[in-house]
Amino acid sequence: MTAIPALAVEDLSVEFRTRSGTVKVLDHVGFHVGKGETVALVGESGSGKSVTAFAVMGILDPAGRVTSGSAMFGGSDLLTLSERDLAEQRGRELSMIFQNPRTALNPIRRVGQQIADVLVQHGGATRNDAPQAAVEMLKKVRIPDPERRAEAYPFELSGGMCQRIMIAIALACRPALLIADEPTTGLDVTTQAVIMDLIGELAHEAGMATIFITHDLALAAEYCDRIVVMHAGHVVESAPSHALFTQPRHPYSARLLAATPGETATLADLASIPGSLPDLRRPDLPACRYSGRCDRKVDDCVRPLPQRVVGDRHIVACWNPL
Amino acid sequence: MTALLDIAELVKRFDVGNKRQLHAVDEVSFTIGRGETVGLVGESGCGKSTLVRLINRLLDPTAGSIRLGGTELADFKARTFAGNANRPRIQMVFQDAGDSLNPRYTAADAIADPIRRMKKMSGADLRRRVEQLADMTGLPRELLTRFPHQLSGGQKARVGIARAVAVEPELLILDEPTAALDVSVQVVILKLLQQLKRELGMSYLFVSHDLNVVRLLCDRVLVMYLGKIVEQGPAGELFADPKHPYTRALISAIPQAEPDKRVGRLRLPGEPRSPIDPDSTVCRFYGRCPRGEPRCSSEMPALRTLAPARQVACHFA
Repeated sequence: MTAIPALAVEDLSVEFRTRSGTVKVLDHVGFHVGKGETVALVGESGSGKSVTAFAVMGILDPAGRVTSGSAMFGGSDLLTLSERDLAEQRGRELSMIFQNPRTALNPIRRVGQQIADVLVQHGGATRNDAPQAAVEMLKKVRIPDPERRAEAYPFELSGGMCQRIMIAIALACRPALLIADEPTTGLDVTTQAVIMDLIGELAHEAGMATIFITHDLALAAEYCDRIVVMHAGHVVESAPSHALFTQPRHPYSARLLAATPGETATLADLASIPGSLPDLRRPDLPACRYSGRCDRKVDDCVRPLPQRVVGDRHIVACWNPL
Repeated sequence: MTALLDIAELVKRFDVGNKRQLHAVDEVSFTIGRGETVGLVGESGCGKSTLVRLINRLLDPTAGSIRLGGTELADFKARTFAGNANRPRIQMVFQDAGDSLNPRYTAADAIADPIRRMKKMSGADLRRRVEQLADMTGLPRELLTRFPHQLSGGQKARVGIARAVAVEPELLILDEPTAALDVSVQVVILKLLQQLKRELGMSYLFVSHDLNVVRLLCDRVLVMYLGKIVEQGPAGELFADPKHPYTRALISAIPQAEPDKRVGRLRLPGEPRSPIDPDSTVCRFYGRCPRGEPRCSSEMPALRTLAPARQVACHFA
């Protein structure tokens, strides 16, 4: 499965120029996603998980600049493609589901038309047969009464329904890679479960590679094959979900797990993570951006981060792992 | 435990035109004891927010009673309740601390505002009280002169909590107080809330989507579905042995990291029934319920007591 990854991100660095200085948002980020594999990017706000996705999709804010790296996808580097070639890939080969479906959908266009637009633009459908194909997509994402719902505007649908419309749009052209950026934030747990099952099933059926961005570790572990933990623009650990959960090796991953409310924990058991993210504008950022918060710091921590293989597809960027 | 809050047969209906009515809260009764933390869970649209606004006296009920320590609050009009002597007794921490703080108020102004209005305090006394509240909620004093946009999410949450406890409420309503926070910050805020409750002797009504957080914080849990309470009970029992099929679906939807613990996955098909003029003879959960027998569509199940403090509204529980 990992022999030919669908997406291989290597050495990706991104900077944002702001009035108060250059922010080094991503620093040599690398990870692979195999065909049919679901990989979670997990981290707290400011860890760079969304920026990673935006950089791969070529939709970074104009203030952002890719300073190094590559994102190999289907034989070409997404980071060096022209805007025109990239636009061709997005929608057909590359798709994204955004966090808030209500703001991501066009409020004044019927949802059926929005799906049909994608099919005409990228899927080779004609204006005549696209509406019927759109209804088929609505059926596929299990929207009841699809013919009628195709005529609805986003405001007439619930949050969960709007998210299914987003999924229908994203999957309309059977992409090879799907990026889902917190697709269930703001949805009820019951709806979240249904949406996650749906993405999982459709991805599995189509053999699609999926990147799932979330801050919810338990959700990532339930639905993803592997988890990539990010902190302050670094990938600190990457491991199969089960391994990460049962045996986290990076001190930050362990802390994150210890802070997550679960079935057995009591409030007294949960521990916060001391300190906060370093200021990414500092010119003298330490090699390990977690070292300022870390209780396992050793002399080696000033050296460039290692990539230690500690198990089957389990890599940790730490000089003194657990 | 004597009840601090006693809600009885509370009803709120909204007119939606053509003589049709939306039944947002339908004959809801429950109590909250002194020092107790009660969780309120349910999907969006189930009437949680309306119920909270009724209790907080921001909305007038259609019928029913809201008694706080023996005082009937349902008779006071929401429009004038801001000046009522009972106003300080119920306070609220809003969902998004960023959105619920006045962007033109510094942290100190935000905390001082309710004290100035309700406790008529000013000058040095007021400043001392604000500093005391900042200390109590773990907000560094030097941040008091900052505006909301200069504060982090966790700091804003602290300001929202300090503002709510400033007038020494007996009941604090918390509407998803940690939904916008990262897990590491969430832990700190939850611990702060736990500690404040002990120190100040408040009762909490804790509204949340996150059942793992409810489990951590609450003594008792109310489960709401389409305007009705369908189950209630002590948190531990309710999570270990849910009786209502809706509660079961809620609990089985909690993300579970351990594969071997992912048992009995229960998914709800379709959408909830319409809350507009619902049929009073049909169970609200009918149509989505995995059981759904003929009796469910001809007789609305009443909330009945199974064991002390344990109630459920299902024919088959």
